[in-house]
Amino acid sequence: MMSEKQYIEFYQEERAEIFAHSPQWMNAHRDEAFRTFSAAGFPSRKVERYRYTDVAKDFAPNYGINTALRPTDAPEQALYNTIADGSDALVALNTMFAMECQTVHIGRGERPQHPIQIVNTLRGEHPEMVCRRILIVLEENAEADVIIIDRAASKQRFLTNQVVEVQCGDGSHLNLYEIEETHLLCTRYSSMFMRVGANCSVHHTSLTLFNGHTRNRCDVQLTGEHSEVVLNGCVIADKMQHVDNNTVIDHQVAHCDSRQLYKYVLDDSAVGAFAGRILVRPGAQHTTSQETNANLCATRTARMYTQPMLEIYADDVKCSHGSTVGQMNEDALFYMRQRGISEREARLLLKSAFITEVIEHIPLSSLRDRLLILVDRRLKGELSKCEGCKMCE
Amino acid sequence: MLEINNLHASIGGKEILKGINLTIADGEIHAVMGTNGAGKSTLSNVIVGHPAYEVTEGSITFNGQDLLAMSTEQRANAGIFLSFQAPTEIPGVSMTNFMRAAVNARRAALGAEALSAGEFLKLMREKRKIVELDAKLTSRSVNEGFSGGEKKRNEIFQMAMLEPTFCILDETDSGLDVDALRIVAEGFNKLRKPETSAIVITHYQRLLDYLHPNVVHVLIDGRIVKTAGPELAAEIEQKGFDWIKEEVGL
Amino acid sequence: MAENAFLKEVAEKKYAYGFETQVETEILDKGLSEDVVRMISGKKGEPEWLLNFRLEAYRYWQTQEQPSWGHLTLPDIDYQAISYYADPTKKAADDGKPKEIDPELMKAFDKLGIPLEERMALSGTAVDAVMDSVSVKTTFRDKLAEQGIIFCSISEAVKQHPDLVREYLGSVVPYRDNYFAALNSAVFSDGSFVYIPKGVRCPMELSTYFRINARGTGQFERTLIVCDDDAYVSYLEGCTAPMRDENQLHAAIVEIVVGTRAEVKYSTVQNWYPGDAEGKGGVLNLVTKRGLLKGDDSRLSWTQVETGSAVTWKYPSCVLQGNRSQAEFYSVAVTNNFQQADTGTKMIHLGRDTRSTIISKGISAGRSQNSYRGLVKVGKNADRARNYSSCDSLLLGSKCGAHTFPYMDVQNDSAVVEHEATTSKISEDQLFYCNQRGISTEDAVGLIVNGYAKDVLNKLPMEFAVEAQKLLNVSLEGAVG
Repeated sequence: MMSEKQYIEFYQEERAEIFAHSPQWMNAHRDEAFRTFSAAGFPSRKVERYRYTDVAKDFAPNYGINTALRPTDAPEQALYNTIADGSDALVALNTMFAMECQTVHIGRGERPQHPIQIVNTLRGEHPEMVCRRILIVLEENAEADVIIIDRAASKQRFLTNQVVEVQCGDGSHLNLYEIEETHLLCTRYSSMFMRVGANCSVHHTSLTLFNGHTRNRCDVQLTGEHSEVVLNGCVIADKMQHVDNNTVIDHQVAHCDSRQLYKYVLDDSAVGAFAGRILVRPGAQHTTSQETNANLCATRTARMYTQPMLEIYADDVKCSHGSTVGQMNEDALFYMRQRGISEREARLLLKSAFITEVIEHIPLSSLRDRLLILVDRRLKGELSKCEGCKMCE
Repeated sequence: MLEINNLHASIGGKEILKGINLTIADGEIHAVMGTNGAGKSTLSNVIVGHPAYEVTEGSITFNGQDLLAMSTEQRANAGIFLSFQAPTEIPGVSMTNFMRAAVNARRAALGAEALSAGEFLKLMREKRKIVELDAKLTSRSVNEGFSGGEKKRNEIFQMAMLEPTFCILDETDSGLDVDALRIVAEGFNKLRKPETSAIVITHYQRLLDYLHPNVVHVLIDGRIVKTAGPELAAEIEQKGFDWIKEEVGL
Repeated sequence: MAENAFLKEVAEKKYAYGFETQVETEILDKGLSEDVVRMISGKKGEPEWLLNFRLEAYRYWQTQEQPSWGHLTLPDIDYQAISYYADPTKKAADDGKPKEIDPELMKAFDKLGIPLEERMALSGTAVDAVMDSVSVKTTFRDKLAEQGIIFCSISEAVKQHPDLVREYLGSVVPYRDNYFAALNSAVFSDGSFVYIPKGVRCPMELSTYFRINARGTGQFERTLIVCDDDAYVSYLEGCTAPMRDENQLHAAIVEIVVGTRAEVKYSTVQNWYPGDAEGKGGVLNLVTKRGLLKGDDSRLSWTQVETGSAVTWKYPSCVLQGNRSQAEFYSVAVTNNFQQADTGTKMIHLGRDTRSTIISKGISAGRSQNSYRGLVKVGKNADRARNYSSCDSLLLGSKCGAHTFPYMDVQNDSAVVEHEATTSKISEDQLFYCNQRGISTEDAVGLIVNGYAKDVLNKLPMEFAVEAQKLLNVSLEGAVG
């Protein structure tokens, strides 16, 4: 329990201070979370959902904990910490220390004209841990585009432990985008929980463009009929990067449709993991669910783990998953080289074609175009060079 | 332009070409005919540098350069173009991006500046007309969802874009109906400069009727066993290859 | 339709192998301790190295906990309430083999369709018949011996071919491999030993028939197959047990070593007693099977039809060590009533240009749970390794579950690994079409299920395939309607 100790002690020392500067409805969950965290500790790799990422190691360094003192109040207090899995140590740790909750609230039938952007910029002179909390609530028939962007403005070690709770009321439409563009010294844990009502459409796209160590969890509960959920993700990782996406789609009711497409391009010594579980509960008839995970490994040292899971307790369903790990199509490479395109560029074109399948699904054209440019630059290595780093030279 | 001396080549340890000699001068068109499995496609693949084939003996020089020492793309940028028998589909890579990369690589090799996006699109429009290629096709992924005929037309369109000096047409006529064959063949003739040379691999006379080869070679079992004028193609069309096999004692 | 009438007749038989044979059986007292391990070893007159192997395994087992990762609800197993040795053969001479076989035993195997008289035997099949902890008889041994093939019980092999056994026992499945492997290594009773010498193509199918008979006992069989360079063997395994209210434990190990350019085909039709319609009783089938493709260009295929057992926990695996080695896994797992199956395979690619294929068909009915669990691992040096996996699940009824848990771990950039899985039910259209042609729904389900499982059934040797088809129908009886 070495990694946990500093967080337990910090909480005990700073509890009064944290309580004094946070809203009561957040404080109300804190001690319970502390008990959960103290008892459970960080999950080991023997825990199925954490097989591929060593949590304790990521949380072991001594980060200063950012306890920004900006008390907020929001009308969703009652929902706070009710969608997230409170028994999870990372959620508990976030609940212990989060002092503000960024809230997006779209009222019944409302439809903001512009996308809502939440930009998290990590900046600081010292290593820092950030406990970010986001709550997104769409009331009945509301619609919204929400973009969450992680950036890092200084070359410092950062650890983010984020929890996002999403509630989609009946008939609501949500397009949620998460883009991570940080650097090799950044560690990100994100735990997202969505509760989706009836007749909803929820599209979530996660793009890991550049990072250090990342673990994204996304749990979706389908609680109302005739809803559709799309989870798409793309990952470009090289050097020593680590990206672990872990999803669960829980079909609790009948007549819902879920689709997942995750694509990884791994180079150098990058490690990728994808575990996606589709759970169809008894009675969730006429469920359709599809899961695809496709991966390109460009070097021998890159490593990919993939673990799709179907767990089905209803008989009238159509579920499928497919996953592939492969390399570049040699025929396509030769064809391009015969047309005079250098091997390096041909590989780049193929990688880009492979990954942009995910981005092309994005309905928001301005964002799509920007992401296509970012992916292109990323693959050319323009985004990933960091100063004084041996691997980048 | 192209000189092949005693070329031996194998794939997966199996020898396919067993000593090919072939000299093609500027502006000449050579037809290569032969039975299935004789090594015609191997010959074209070896000239353009397919990585699966191993040259075990012999040499190929192109305008005085040692072709075998060059990479596939260096050969392409030196002006060698292969019209594939079965053009490869490349899902996700748009024709526009693909062609721009190729055109600019060729221009760089010739010491010319890269084309701007506007100039490039204008060039695409012009060249498309030559082979009557539908605009819709150039907005798709490379060869994806193209019919057999469209793929062949697309090959000639790419040739128009890249302006090679030496072309290999590998069974470009296969899978084409009469009209499509005419469009492709006439397109080739229009694009061809007086100094452009070509190897035309085919089973049929009809493509050669358009292209007027100077010489016809017969390739059997990895060797060129007979070389004659264009009248040989007509004779093969009529009589097949058996009489040639008998003549050379195979 | 004659065939359907036949299938129906078979279906009505329910579990046809549930009888008990009355023979005088020597059963060791219940419980497990070092003394018990020593006693088993002593009864078999084993050399000291084997006793030590057992004791090490036993000591290791004591430090371990029963695994809980399977998608299974295992009843609590009281390892002290099981007898670890039951010998139905009469008190025998020193070599452990009876001079005469009890006629009751002969009858029992006859009833199971396994005649032990060589003249009555199925053509081209040699059988090692194992009841409880002891091999009863191995047929055609002399004929096989002419070609240098060794086919006998493992107890005999320990005595007569100690060097071979010592070299290979535990070499593919070390006792530390898992909890049940450790238990088996400590107390294994009997099983078959096969050695095919260099360059020999085994002229007949070799087959072992396992039967649990005695009450309150566990069966811990151990099979070891060594197929030397350029040799070939096809091996079949069948299993049944009487109907009883309590669970019976079956924890086996099968090890296979395949030499250069050698080929082994291993087929199983597992029909242990599955428990009754209320989920009472049945065999707990907890098995470790693994083959090592040791030589270059070696081949191994596992084909299994799993219809029995209350709980199946079994992952016949392949370690593709030799370059260009090829491995296949074909599986049909049927669960009905309260049966639970968690089965699949592991393909460990270590050598260059290795290929593996996985075809798994799960069929769930009643309130059963049927899971496919598989691992495809491509090691750093396994250049150009290829795997294709396809796992389909068919659900009959709305109270059962079908699950797929494939794991892929790829460490080589030139590898291509593909996995596909689908879950579906029998389409109403297909059933209606059959009904309209006068086929009853039950028969139609049988037809459709057999069609669905065909890819796998086709891989079985002919006589087994017929048996397996019948079993599919029996197992699914009452699943529809």
